[in-house]
Amino acid sequence: MIPGIRAAAGALIGALAVLISLPAAALDAAAVEKLAFGEGDERIEAIGRLVTEGDPRAVPLLRAFAQGEVQTAGKRVLVVKGEEATDAVTGERVSPLPAEREDVVANNRLRSAIGDALAALGLLAPERGARLAAARALADGAEASMLPLVQKALDRETDGQIRPLLEQIAATIGLKSDDKPVRLAAIAKLGESASPSARSLLVGIRNDGDVEIRSAAQLALRAVEGRLVWGEAAGLAFAGVSLGSVLLLAALGLAITYGLMGVINMAHGELIMIGAYTTYVVQGFFRNSNFFDWYLVAAIPASFLASALVGMLLERVVIRWLYGRPLETLLATWGLSLALIQGVRTIFGAQNVQVENPASMSGGIQALSNVVLPWSRVYIIAFAGLILLSIYLLLTRTRLGLFVRGVTQNRDMASCVGVPTGLVDTLAFGLGAGIAGLAGCALSQIGNVGPDLGQGYIVDSFLVVVFGGVGQLAGTVVAALALGFANKLLEAWSGAVLAKIVVLVFIIFFIQRRPQGLFALKGRAVEA
Amino acid sequence: MHQSNAQGDPAMKRRTFIKQLAISAAVAAALGSTSLYAQQKTVKVGILHSLSGTMAISETVLKDTALMAIDEINAKGGVMGYKIEPVVVDPASNWPLFAEKARQLLTQDKVAVVFGCWTSVSRKSVLPVFEELNGLLFYPVQYEGEEISKNVFYTGAAPNQQAIPAVEYLMSKDGGAAKRWVLLGTDYVYPRTTNKILRAFLKKKGVAESDIMEEYTPFGHSDYQTIIAKIKKFASEGKRTAVVSTINGDSNVPFYKELGNQGLKATDVPVVAFSVGEEELRGVDTKPLVGHLAAWNYFMSIKAPANDEFIKKWAGYARMKNIAGHKDKPLTNDPMEATYIGVHMWKQAVEKAKSFEVDKVRPAVYGQTFKAPSGIVSKMDEKNHHLHKAVFIGEVKADGQFNVVWKTKGPVKAQPWSPFIAGNEKKKDGPALMAEKK
Repeated sequence: MIPGIRAAAGALIGALAVLISLPAAALDAAAVEKLAFGEGDERIEAIGRLVTEGDPRAVPLLRAFAQGEVQTAGKRVLVVKGEEATDAVTGERVSPLPAEREDVVANNRLRSAIGDALAALGLLAPERGARLAAARALADGAEASMLPLVQKALDRETDGQIRPLLEQIAATIGLKSDDKPVRLAAIAKLGESASPSARSLLVGIRNDGDVEIRSAAQLALRAVEGRLVWGEAAGLAFAGVSLGSVLLLAALGLAITYGLMGVINMAHGELIMIGAYTTYVVQGFFRNSNFFDWYLVAAIPASFLASALVGMLLERVVIRWLYGRPLETLLATWGLSLALIQGVRTIFGAQNVQVENPASMSGGIQALSNVVLPWSRVYIIAFAGLILLSIYLLLTRTRLGLFVRGVTQNRDMASCVGVPTGLVDTLAFGLGAGIAGLAGCALSQIGNVGPDLGQGYIVDSFLVVVFGGVGQLAGTVVAALALGFANKLLEAWSGAVLAKIVVLVFIIFFIQRRPQGLFALKGRAVEA
Repeated sequence: MHQSNAQGDPAMKRRTFIKQLAISAAVAAALGSTSLYAQQKTVKVGILHSLSGTMAISETVLKDTALMAIDEINAKGGVMGYKIEPVVVDPASNWPLFAEKARQLLTQDKVAVVFGCWTSVSRKSVLPVFEELNGLLFYPVQYEGEEISKNVFYTGAAPNQQAIPAVEYLMSKDGGAAKRWVLLGTDYVYPRTTNKILRAFLKKKGVAESDIMEEYTPFGHSDYQTIIAKIKKFASEGKRTAVVSTINGDSNVPFYKELGNQGLKATDVPVVAFSVGEEELRGVDTKPLVGHLAAWNYFMSIKAPANDEFIKKWAGYARMKNIAGHKDKPLTNDPMEATYIGVHMWKQAVEKAKSFEVDKVRPAVYGQTFKAPSGIVSKMDEKNHHLHKAVFIGEVKADGQFNVVWKTKGPVKAQPWSPFIAGNEKKKDGPALMAEKK
């Protein structure tokens, strides 16, 4: 937080402490005018003046100001909400709306000054939620003049969650005091915290002139950093799992079509793309309804079906005739992938289409003071786990799974005992394709959806399946997570560009040493 | 021997006859079409923007803007009585393909001028072609400078018209007085050079080496978790931090989504972007992004009569041509404005030169002025092939538009040779051949 704002906000809070005991006066027209027509410092000052005068109408005005709802019409200052306008000074309703209006622009600096002012006020609010929010907002530092207000709040506060925050706020203020024992106490208090803002405050005084303060600060800093390191590691681990789950989703379908059936399906990426575009189309149907937030519920089965149908069609028409001829399959499916890309380009245009997240998927959970887990990624990890579980159950617990395993292990024998191998092939390929479609649906939530979407995942998918060992679900899972972790660790250490190169080089060497991948099929599996 | 055989074989005769018939028909058709066209003479111009691939998010709309400007000129009688015939090609975000398509436009289609390119790597790819064949390119996007080719006019901003003012703003009290800097970009020539300039500038302003972090991601990168975690960590290591983003193309969507989801607020760590405008933010939930910044020479939200007219024209054109997205929600942005200015300046210059010849048009472009939608009169510099432009800094609003929070008093002259790169002070502020000699 910059000193200018802090000072202004501080002055304003000091005034605030006074205002609480003063009766309300009229809203100052000059201050409102300054706020609307003034520049930088003038406006910060005006905010201070408005709050000092203690009119309760100043609070909604400030809030409207931060949200950009204040406009001017000539010399008049208006608060405009939709079609309704009120005069900011008198509070009267203004109708009709004047035609010539100018927006009053609040920049970051003003917004944070207003935020601090409103937060300081909120410390004494009767509702627990409001107090907690206010304390959180101020936890990253407060100005010395806020101290009486914070002390007053501390005296009253009994809530176990809010009190520590208030103590930390008091400590941040104490840090700037002239009194050495107060500063040392504040440093000790900050040393108990695990928040990034405490670290940043301590870094600021780590080279203080006073030896005692300096060593105390450095000690406290080490303690805080020691705690933060765990958060950073947890964040990195989450990023690794998240990327791993994305890779797993992309590769699972391929693990069936390539891993189990042995079809080198270069059009796998395009099946993912079809799933993503299906999500886009379904989203379009929900666009103008009240259930927009639920469109994914419909999009998930739709994307599975769309990709599965396209996959089964490809299998029946093209791939079926090429079983056992990997080179021809590779070329034919590559051609198919180009055709699919061009087809989508013709229907939807070459540009990316926008798939919006449902409201429940934006934002994240504050897991630790320095780790936020975005909802979209949490959901995708869960989704990947769910799909994995269903495939496992499908392959090991159902009749279809038994047939699939039978056909892939020994086609002739399966055929002899009456398994309709042709149908099983189609269904298994459709299943792999459908899972690719599900991956597309999930990926549309975190990445871009365009005709080239599949191209970006096809290489990764093959890497995962080959690395994990062909024909093994467990290998695919381990490989996806391992690659996800490796990528994220290297990214944190060497940057995204180098990380990608290092991972690819590693895989080249790995496959050279161990062509069968991490998990090799044991026993006498029949080579297709 | 062969001939006598043909004469003796009736089947062969018939084939020859059919062939002749076909040829004569083709000739007749060709004659017919030329006589039709003869009623109004046409001049071809090339449009070279990626309509697919990672850059399509930004470039497609520039193709449409150029077509709109051409339609507008044609409706008013064309250039010197010539109807403009646009030749649109798609280099598909593929840099070598840009050079191939440029060569095709100049040698096969024989276009008088080309409007195109977004990324600097694509411009660098076509530069040798334009210089070798003496073509003319209008380049509409802000870039890193370090170039004044005699075959290119740059209608976007040079670093001193965008990057430097933006950083100065963030250093100022109103911008938040940032002391630590993250320079984040896509890995290619524009971000690397811009960051080199910014690093030199920051050092000159007394920023320590340890207070600058530089990060790059590949084109099309879509997983920004670790990058954002790194920024958060860097920001907590003392002093106020700002991020300068030169991420280009569709990577911006996952970047801003992650930024919002991870709750990195503009009041804590502001992100200023040089390649993100109204179009790139379409479809991103901008509510968590309020207050993050962009620096441009034009915003859709600028209040000026010329801008109202420009937006109205674009909205009408988008509806008429059924342009996806824009037909329902028309958006304009800075490179669109620069494209629009470029097409009109070329037309004015041709009329002044009374010729389509590149060597005659070039001097005529010098000193051309145009009433730009940004509300100023934009002038092409007499010497250095760059426009004089006003600089605006905007904060993202909840509706995806920008609030202008700072602007220059008037147009600023471009400095393509940045004074912050060593050795530039000796370089001439005028056109030359720029492609590296093989």
